[in-house]
Amino acid sequence: MAHFTKATSVKDWLNQRLAIEKVEKVMASEYWIPKNINFLWAMGMVLAITFGLLLVSGIFLLMYYQPNVETAFDSVNYTIMQEVGYGWLWRHVHAVAASVVFLIIYIHMLTGIYYGSYKKGREMIWISGMLLFVAFSAEAFSGYMLPWGQMSYWAGMVITNLFSAGSLELNGVVEWIRGDYVPGQAFLTRFFMLHVLLVPLAILALIGVHFAALRIPHVNNQDGEDIDFDVEAKKYLAGDTKGSKVIRFANDFMSKDMFVVSIFLVFFFYLVFWNYGFAMDPVNFDPADGLKTPAHIYPEWYFLWSYEILRPFSKDVGLIAFAFAQVIFVLLPFLDRSPNVKTANKRGLFGIWFWLLVIDMIVLTAMGKLPPQGIYSTIGFVAAIGFIGLWVILPFITAIEKKV
Amino acid sequence: MFKELSILAVVVAFSLLTYWLVEPFAHSQMHAHIETKHFKYTDLPAITKTGNAVAGKELVMGAGACTGCHSIETAGMPAMMPAVDAAASYGVNPPDLSTAGALYDANFLVAMIKNPAHATNLDHKYPADGSKMHPMVAFYGAGGDMDQEVADMVAYLQSIAPKAEEVTPKVAFENACGRCHSMRYKNWTPIGEKGKFKYKKDELRFDASVLDYQDYVVKYMGKLPPDLSMYYRSRGEHFLETFIEDPQSHLKGTAMPRVGVTAESAEKVVEYLRDAADPKHAEREETGKNVMIYMIFFVLFAFLWKKEIWKKLH
Repeated sequence: MAHFTKATSVKDWLNQRLAIEKVEKVMASEYWIPKNINFLWAMGMVLAITFGLLLVSGIFLLMYYQPNVETAFDSVNYTIMQEVGYGWLWRHVHAVAASVVFLIIYIHMLTGIYYGSYKKGREMIWISGMLLFVAFSAEAFSGYMLPWGQMSYWAGMVITNLFSAGSLELNGVVEWIRGDYVPGQAFLTRFFMLHVLLVPLAILALIGVHFAALRIPHVNNQDGEDIDFDVEAKKYLAGDTKGSKVIRFANDFMSKDMFVVSIFLVFFFYLVFWNYGFAMDPVNFDPADGLKTPAHIYPEWYFLWSYEILRPFSKDVGLIAFAFAQVIFVLLPFLDRSPNVKTANKRGLFGIWFWLLVIDMIVLTAMGKLPPQGIYSTIGFVAAIGFIGLWVILPFITAIEKKV
Repeated sequence: MFKELSILAVVVAFSLLTYWLVEPFAHSQMHAHIETKHFKYTDLPAITKTGNAVAGKELVMGAGACTGCHSIETAGMPAMMPAVDAAASYGVNPPDLSTAGALYDANFLVAMIKNPAHATNLDHKYPADGSKMHPMVAFYGAGGDMDQEVADMVAYLQSIAPKAEEVTPKVAFENACGRCHSMRYKNWTPIGEKGKFKYKKDELRFDASVLDYQDYVVKYMGKLPPDLSMYYRSRGEHFLETFIEDPQSHLKGTAMPRVGVTAESAEKVVEYLRDAADPKHAEREETGKNVMIYMIFFVLFAFLWKKEIWKKLH
């Protein structure tokens, strides 16, 4: 058993039992971050704060939401939005944060790709991040079912239908997932469970893994420089804070993070109070009706690019292309054959590849929402082929990349 | 600093482009844009005669036979039967005419009296060959100058109606929309407001009457007209205005009649719909302002903290 002495202070008492000073060093004051970074490195903190907003607003919504096909719609649109004091605020915060969190995730992902932050020991950061993306997607989809509006119902119908695997016609699987032939009470209750328990648990666990994956390879920097963190940390602790290439996580890095977070929150609350339509689809303010298919069915904006990879092809080809789009980002660290950890713009063909990918995904996103007719179908088809083509050529163009 | 701002500009530009594509642009492609004609009903002939309310009263109560079906509460003519029975006879409960003169456009009322199917834009449902008749019988004249007679009747309805500015949004909605549509967030059913009941069985009786009434309306309209509680948020103000003005403009062939409200009444109906679907809009504005004031201080202090900490790092 460890040796305990009479505590001289509360801090000392806790220190003997929990080693709080050591924990503080490991987690904050001697957790070293490169100095050569820009505001894009604060996206992790912005995501953590947004997740916090989702969690807190979600807890408040959970106190009044009723997962019942008869009462779900009114419990959201009447009880929460009209009767509960500031219920509307929690709902707007929850809905807008659920949409904006994906904007930040995409910025965070593209930052990682642009600066090469998935290579040379950082593969697990990337992979755990992509698993988080999958978990957030599941969370967003299951949450979208809960208000039991027209889009909830029909999105639930369309997405669960994908599991019939096209020509394999695995209708039993679809029924098993729905708990019924069509979305109904069993469907709503299980997606409620997924949304408030199982998926959030997975997200919390994955956030732990994602943070842990950062410890050994450390955070990347703007120039992909291979920093000797031990040497630089010693320099900092010796008092050469200006000369050292690293800074403390807290308060050095944190102070910059919080400034970026504050700017983000201004933008966020502007959306919450004045421009929330993009995150709360008007069609979903009609109660679910299994006999009335909406004129246009489309997912939320953050799923549109992968939806458009599914849509322009025939059933089976579309499903294969869709499955390809879902997993291909995870494989990025292995498909990129170049050892260069540098900004995309300094990597020749890869730089062109990066910007083509960004543009292609924006085109897919736009076409995914537009009705699949005429020129929009054609553009969508070309963009979907382009997306697959970009990933197919990636190993080849990076294999011939010069060492920089 | 310049570098950070350039990166920010790139991120913002791509985000705004994506937003523009999936929101304003996509919606402009998905929904046809319908322009309002400001509730002028220019397709209907304008009144040419000056009406005489006294003569009009004679016609409305007598030869015009309006009160054979319609009640006029303010003129001491209560409804002859419960709403459910009226719906059984006519398909839907005929409106009480007390407020008609204020709610509806005069040219529309004239057209309605002469040819209800045409005025309500339902010629496709009640064709000229008479194979199916509008439940309201057209007025074929009382022996004199028909245009004068109709103008007199309209003048009478206007003389007994409250002033347009005295009509509340609630009254406008209940009279113009509320005999077909429910609005459960305002406790409104097509047979009237659902009050509080002391006994469960009384409540069940009321609910059963609503269901009976709705069965007749379904028979009359082809489907149950939707509950309008959330329509302000699901359709938006512009859609509601243009749809009320002429349902056919958005939904060709719909059984919903053009109701012929004046621009002022339509505004009140939309206000009531907003009040049902988004009653917290004023509180949202107010709270939003306070949150923004707080956020300005947050940004300021966050900036000062960052500057202070990084003094020793640069």
